[in-house]
Amino acid sequence: MLADPVRRDLYEYVADAGHEVGRAEAADAIGVARTLAAFHLDKLADAGLLEVEHRRLTGRSGPGAGRPAKVYRVAVREHLASVPARDYRALAMLLAEAVEAAGAEEALNAAARRIPADPREPMTVLAERGYRPYRDGDVIRSRNCPFHTLSGQFPVLVCAMNHALIGALLGGDALVRLDPLPGECCVVVEDSKN
Amino acid sequence: MHLAQLNVARPRASMDDPQMAEFKAALEPVNALADAAPGFVWRLTDGFGGDATTIRIAGGDIMVNLSVWDSRDALWNFAYRSPHMDYLRRRREWFHQLAQAYQVLWWVPAGHRPTVAEAEERLSTIRSEGPGLAAFTFRDFYPAEILTS
Repeated sequence: MLADPVRRDLYEYVADAGHEVGRAEAADAIGVARTLAAFHLDKLADAGLLEVEHRRLTGRSGPGAGRPAKVYRVAVREHLASVPARDYRALAMLLAEAVEAAGAEEALNAAARRIPADPREPMTVLAERGYRPYRDGDVIRSRNCPFHTLSGQFPVLVCAMNHALIGALLGGDALVRLDPLPGECCVVVEDSKN
Repeated sequence: MHLAQLNVARPRASMDDPQMAEFKAALEPVNALADAAPGFVWRLTDGFGGDATTIRIAGGDIMVNLSVWDSRDALWNFAYRSPHMDYLRRRREWFHQLAQAYQVLWWVPAGHRPTVAEAEERLSTIRSEGPGLAAFTFRDFYPAEILTS
């Protein structure tokens, strides 16, 4: 589904935009014709990767307001496909429940802290791991929680582990803190470039 | 319907102990954050200060946190999607692990202010029967529509 480069660019643009994206905006952003952008955006929606809404972008309503425009945002539902079948999500749920029941959160965080640091730029390190990072003033925030499903069930356990994990990856706890926003990753990174 | 929540915790030391200093210092700003959070309705206070730290149950050992919110998302976003989360991450610095359920949610009519006794009853319900319509958790959540249908 994402092999086509135009389609992949469109998907990534919508995923990183942080707001609902209209066809014209997406087409302009990646430099393709609007009809082509519309075709690919609808394919992505059909495949469940994007969600579609109909909105009057101008804010007008009633007769003469025109047809509502289609806007797209990234679908929250996640896609797991593995062949042959593997069910790591069910396993993760059970392990999380066991860690919590045993009060072993600190052992989990310690394991995360033992992950070797990646010396590259924080933006690169986070992007490669699927966090979809973006700069927000002096800090880096991330639009995607790679552990989204699990963090919905075990928020404290997962965010504390994620805090330890990102701290280790970036070479020290000093750079990271927990400051979650609704719908985003919980970890904020001080951007050393600023 | 509004969502009531109780959570209980056994502190590692008395509130005057230096071990509790950072928790104590966070009470005022975090309570202010709750009071200003979208969908916040009410929280229990002890009538002395702005918090409930002098209220104890179960023989004086256990602290309580009792509040009411206008929806599941309102409570979720304050508890887990705000600066409050960093204190939750550090909760073992100040509180013991409890062997039994330490949190319970239940629906109350809008305007109702649950008492500590009522909240304790809900906690004992979830401890003895597990999550259900009368006493549940975020993980096993029962929407208000089920109750009113």
